[in-house]
Amino acid sequence: MSVKQISVFLENKSGRLAAVARLLASRGINIRALSIADTSDFGILRLIVDRPEEAYRALKEEGFTVSLTDVLAVAVPDRPGGLAPALEALSEANLNIEYLYAFVARHADQALVLLKVDDRERAVKVLEEAGFKVPSPEEIYSL
Amino acid sequence: MWNPKAECLPREELEELKLERLKNTVRHVYENVPFYRRKMDEAGVKPEDIRSLEDIRHLPFTTKEDLRENYPFGLFAVPLKDVVRIHASSGTTGKPTVVGYTREDIEVWSEVMARTLGMVSASSEDVVQIAYGYGLFTGGLGVHYGAEKIGCTVIPTSGGNTKRQIMLMRDFGTTILCCTPSYACYLVEVMAELGVSPRELKLRAGLFGAEPWSEGMRREIESNLGIEALDIYGLSEIIGPGVAAECLCKEGLHIWEDHFLPEVINPATGEPLPPGEEGELVFTTLTKRGFPVIRYRTRDISFLLPEPCACGRTHVRMGRVKGRTDDMLIIRGVNVFPSQIEEVLLSLGYTEPHYLLVVDRERRLDVLEVWVEVSESIFRDEVRGLEELEEKIRREIEAVLGIAVKVRLVEPKTIQRSEGKAKRIIDRRDLR
Ligand SMILES: [Zn+2]
Repeated sequence: MSVKQISVFLENKSGRLAAVARLLASRGINIRALSIADTSDFGILRLIVDRPEEAYRALKEEGFTVSLTDVLAVAVPDRPGGLAPALEALSEANLNIEYLYAFVARHADQALVLLKVDDRERAVKVLEEAGFKVPSPEEIYSL
Repeated sequence: MWNPKAECLPREELEELKLERLKNTVRHVYENVPFYRRKMDEAGVKPEDIRSLEDIRHLPFTTKEDLRENYPFGLFAVPLKDVVRIHASSGTTGKPTVVGYTREDIEVWSEVMARTLGMVSASSEDVVQIAYGYGLFTGGLGVHYGAEKIGCTVIPTSGGNTKRQIMLMRDFGTTILCCTPSYACYLVEVMAELGVSPRELKLRAGLFGAEPWSEGMRREIESNLGIEALDIYGLSEIIGPGVAAECLCKEGLHIWEDHFLPEVINPATGEPLPPGEEGELVFTTLTKRGFPVIRYRTRDISFLLPEPCACGRTHVRMGRVKGRTDDMLIIRGVNVFPSQIEEVLLSLGYTEPHYLLVVDRERRLDVLEVWVEVSESIFRDEVRGLEELEEKIRREIEAVLGIAVKVRLVEPKTIQRSEGKAKRIIDRRDLR
């Protein structure tokens, strides 16, 4: 149930994010979700797109340092506190969350959150047992 | 081995031969080159004062500036009509340094280059691709004559046009590649981009020189191409490629001592250093007629290994050139070579590292920044992981250099790629 996330190494200088967006747009690739983690020198741009393999190749050809990372998507109720039970379930199962970020789009009236966890398979089980829906990669790409 | 008799000559006979040839060379320059006669007269040395090899230390040094000041033919020891070839090195500033060869000199050059190719048992069965520049630069033509003397099939591709180099290497069945080590790495990179596998090639060996490189780089080239990669050494002022070459033991480069007499000196004082100690390499040519040089200061940093070599060759070895006295950065009084940074990066599992040393002066203090390109081999999808990597690189470099550095991770292709010598240093200290 893993969603392919594109991770791109970027230096912290103006125009780099725009260059990525422009390149993907020119290939007709749609960005579904995006987050940036950065320091004063560099950042990692994380993207969920509709065609991850193609985006990966396009960025690589353009000379970016890029990798495909497996992440997990989970649907949570779109209201205050909706995310908390999911995180608690993972924490109780001793699953480590390296990072998470949210989708802008909604899925069947629920908010979508992307998680990078150390044991993805177990995390899916824990979340489903706690009553959360874990959308398939296909559902995510085609949102 | 190309010439077993000469290459394995007993030390005693070799010493005798060297002394006889040194005497001849000193007499030759004293009689035919006013510059050497004047300098020797000033130093109070006559050719007959050279009675032993140690007496060489009474002779004055020759420097790159001396060559420039005598532009173009001032140091030639024969009339121009006896010179059959001229090469010149591209000085980045001022006039080039010009060297000339008689027909006999070309023969010597071909011989030492044939011995150099003989390190990988080159024969008439071999297809040798020469991707050193042809022209005024000695690299291309120097290797060329040696390969032809052996009877190899020579492909004189010269430098550049990397895609075509790879196509010809595959289609012509090149077995031996000759180019700069950084270009060999670049070829590997482009081959991967083009999807050409080393298995499609017949390449079995490479002779790489004209710039300093490291053991780590050798491992990279050897494993990526599946070949033996040997270091070769030479400079146009002495003859060009073919002054020294590694044997398959890969523990130093044999200097062809019957033609070139090496010394290692303290670059600051000019004092000769005992074997094994690191310093500036100095060469005296022993057989050249057109452009002999006496005690030429190469600015290359190395040391001599007098111990016998397992390969059976008796000629003394020099250590891999670590850098140049003018490449060497002095930061807060510490000598820093780009090759040291490279070793660190390779030891951390960074394949084909691209890096740049940027030196600046902040509040009268030298600051060294090391830029490292983040390639897929070291990229990870976690800020903490990359920060740890940055920190690890910094700690390792500081442990090797003994001075504080800043490490900056940069995007690929930030650092200028070259098809010849790699640019590893930006020194901004002189700009203000
Ligand atoms: Zn040897």
